[in-house]
Amino acid sequence: MSLRWFADWLDTHAWSTALHESFYMYPLIETTHVLALTLFVGTLLVVDLRMLGFAFRLTPISTVSNSVLPWTVVGFVIMFTTGLLLFYAIPVRTYHSIWFRIKIIMIVLAAINALHYHFRISKNQVLWDAAPKPPRSVRLTAAGSVVAWVIVIFTGRMIAYNWFDCDRPQPDWVIAVAGCVIDEVATL
Amino acid sequence: MTLLDIFTRLEEMWIGEAIRTSYWLFPFIEAIHLVGLALLGGTVLVVDFRLLGITLRSQSMQVVLRNTRPYFLLALGTMFATGIPLALSEMIKLYYNFSWWVKVSALGLAILFTFLVRDPLVRRGEAPRMAMGCIALVSLALWFTVAGAGRWIGFS
Repeated sequence: MSLRWFADWLDTHAWSTALHESFYMYPLIETTHVLALTLFVGTLLVVDLRMLGFAFRLTPISTVSNSVLPWTVVGFVIMFTTGLLLFYAIPVRTYHSIWFRIKIIMIVLAAINALHYHFRISKNQVLWDAAPKPPRSVRLTAAGSVVAWVIVIFTGRMIAYNWFDCDRPQPDWVIAVAGCVIDEVATL
Repeated sequence: MTLLDIFTRLEEMWIGEAIRTSYWLFPFIEAIHLVGLALLGGTVLVVDFRLLGITLRSQSMQVVLRNTRPYFLLALGTMFATGIPLALSEMIKLYYNFSWWVKVSALGLAILFTFLVRDPLVRRGEAPRMAMGCIALVSLALWFTVAGAGRWIGFS
């Protein structure tokens, strides 16, 4: 069972088609997905700015993160739920999308970065929690988070464009990266 | 000269022309616009949530505003720097786009409200908590309308 098989299976669902073709539901879900960026990435950026030593320099990091990150989590849940629905509406094309693939990789990297911070770097947080400018390792983690999420936003937006779609003539590298099924590729 | 004439002239400017003839420019600028949205929304939410008493309660309203303000301004600048070129590339479409008119109207109100009402009141810090909560709700409603109507431009 491959992931493509799974995408094909989702595509057979009547609800998937209904969602894709609905006049209001699809735009509403997509709008919710985009607006939740403010709650998810926006609040996360505020925490990252504190960790970088750029904002709230006189407030302990834990004060900012304990108070703001719950909202980030709410934003993430909204983004994840609406994101799943958007994938469900257009599963096969999205599965092959180069942009979607980069986006997922970046989300995984961002998650690893966050876990690394949580389980390793923040172990001795008491030592630098109140520091206006935290240690280099902390600032690097925050910078990594900013870069990763900015790339996620970029690639997420690009999914809407069909430059690299399998149903258009594509160079070999695109066919390889997108995992296009050769029989389905438009011939040059 | 009608408003539509002005919009037509604006669309014919070199900057809109450059964006229209490019494959990548519009999506690229659009993506930066979205990154700006995240930062703008984040700074608006943190301040308004503080006014509502649902985040950073241990910090004063003034501290929260002062610390987020530079990034709010940076985000707002980014939104204008990317939003204006995007608009210039399709002025005639926007002229007939109801969502766009809602967006720019709400944007004007949101900016006026933020700079002339919300932020001065926060700095003075004399208004009762209930009043600040109402201020926050108005701010959230205005900025939410800007963002929502903005996204809807592409659908309508």
